[in-house]
Amino acid sequence: MKQGVAPDDLTRPFWEAANAGRLVIQHCTACDRLQHPPSRRCGECRSDAALGWRQMSGRGTIQNYAVVHDSPVRLLQSEQPFNVAVITLAEDAGIQLYSHLPGTPVDEVPLGSAVEVIFEATANGQRVPEWRVVGTKP
Amino acid sequence: MKPNYAPASMYRADEGLGLWEHRGQVAAVGIGHSPTARRWDGRPETSVGAISLLALRRAIEDAGVEPAEIDGLVLDPSTTTGAHWPKGRPIPEAMLANFAATDDPLDGVARLSADWILKNMPELDGVRFAMYAPTCMTNAICVAAQAVGDGLAHTCLVLKAWHNFAGRYGQGGANAGDALPGNVAIRALWGTPACYGTALQFAEYCRKYGKRHEMMAPFIENSRRNGLLFPEGYWAQHRPEAITAADYNAARWIAKPANLFDNDLPIMAAAAYLFTTAERARHLRQKPVYILGHTSSRTRARSLTPTLDEVEADTARTARKLYESAGIGAADLSFENTYDGFTQFHHFHLEGLGYRGLKFGEGLDLYQTDISISGPNPVQPSGGNIGSGRTRFWMHTDCIQQLQGRAGRRQVTGVKPEVAVSGGPMPLGGDFMVWSATPD
Repeated sequence: MKQGVAPDDLTRPFWEAANAGRLVIQHCTACDRLQHPPSRRCGECRSDAALGWRQMSGRGTIQNYAVVHDSPVRLLQSEQPFNVAVITLAEDAGIQLYSHLPGTPVDEVPLGSAVEVIFEATANGQRVPEWRVVGTKP
Repeated sequence: MKPNYAPASMYRADEGLGLWEHRGQVAAVGIGHSPTARRWDGRPETSVGAISLLALRRAIEDAGVEPAEIDGLVLDPSTTTGAHWPKGRPIPEAMLANFAATDDPLDGVARLSADWILKNMPELDGVRFAMYAPTCMTNAICVAAQAVGDGLAHTCLVLKAWHNFAGRYGQGGANAGDALPGNVAIRALWGTPACYGTALQFAEYCRKYGKRHEMMAPFIENSRRNGLLFPEGYWAQHRPEAITAADYNAARWIAKPANLFDNDLPIMAAAAYLFTTAERARHLRQKPVYILGHTSSRTRARSLTPTLDEVEADTARTARKLYESAGIGAADLSFENTYDGFTQFHHFHLEGLGYRGLKFGEGLDLYQTDISISGPNPVQPSGGNIGSGRTRFWMHTDCIQQLQGRAGRRQVTGVKPEVAVSGGPMPLGGDFMVWSATPD
């Protein structure tokens, strides 16, 4: 099981949305740009006033993956080996989220396939965006 | 003395800065290394503070200068390899009895201030300039070279030290806990080891260019072979074990496609160099090795982890800046000593530099040629972290020693050692320098 999460001021909207079954990503209205992970300033225009949150469709693509055999995280060591994939969002292929790809056999990750977001409970009940394969590579 | 952290202006991170204004006017003239150890055994004489003093004194002696002549000190106050002193554990009394302490009880044990160094090296009574340059020797070299060139110091010690304590790498602290802060959790909830990001880039690289993990084996063999010829290194001192291709290909995965030997071993060690002006260097004991230029990458990935496209764009940018700063081109490089911890990005550095004419996608092909110290394409004659343990400074020591002609059994023989590059650590986020046997 994943470690729990203690939301901080910067990332609270992300975690609150996850608990509500929504995926939101930080967005700069000044340059109309998504950014993840969240930051105090826009990585492009450096504005701190134009940052907000935008709901995503929850659709993405598996861009890459590796198989973790030796995790430093105690709570996950009993589940080794496991996939950790890089998901890119349908709205912006430059935005990445990680996924254990629940339901996908270890090291049988269909690169390029479509995925959709699901929400999984962590050790303290906080839900976290995860992803499941919904289609084959176009 | 309360040093400042080096300002961003001391690193040459932007494009278009042109030739380094101090090209060939700063030289390395002394090298000092401490013995290595896997972990601290609790004795004061093997603490990170003590081994730093030893490395500094050896560098001074090697250069043949009087300690009182030294007026500058550049170091990284952080010494952790990832190991932290357990909260509440008392500092060994022998440590306090053997060294002058500062206000920080962990000084000399799990951190290193300039104040601690100067209190415990009273012979350095001429130091007027001190600066912190975290987090690698590469940073300290850039800052010290700039300081000497700018006239902030004339004879400057450059120090990097590492401590390591009991316990498996990265398994304590937050990783052993039940919850993470929200901003950390966004990256860390998936339990990836440190090599994960590089493993991703390597996987992408293999798919893009039709390469295989096994093609790394000659590089790994070569690195350890060279490391075993590095008497200052951990493996040469404690575990003189070669790595064969069969060993490499059979090693357990850490984050497939990165295996055990694609990762390095955290150790304790300290290294120090002495830098001075080219004019002063000509009158000292060792042959000067001149710094022709330096550059830094401060590029950040767009999102969680750099893609291969981002890596290739930035290694090419770094090479442009580095060659421009030094006034050289790829064809001028006698050999290279870019960083290897993790092994799977070493060829990214090489491809960006265009070493031996490499283009993107050709680095692993070079590894199938003669990359030994006796061949025409020497790759990492230092052996790097794989050859000597994780310090991120073997590459610099080797460049200096090779260009001085005193690399011993590691001396390159297939090429004439005239100009070399060292630097790292990461393709996105590192510092790089060009060393030369002559100032022009």
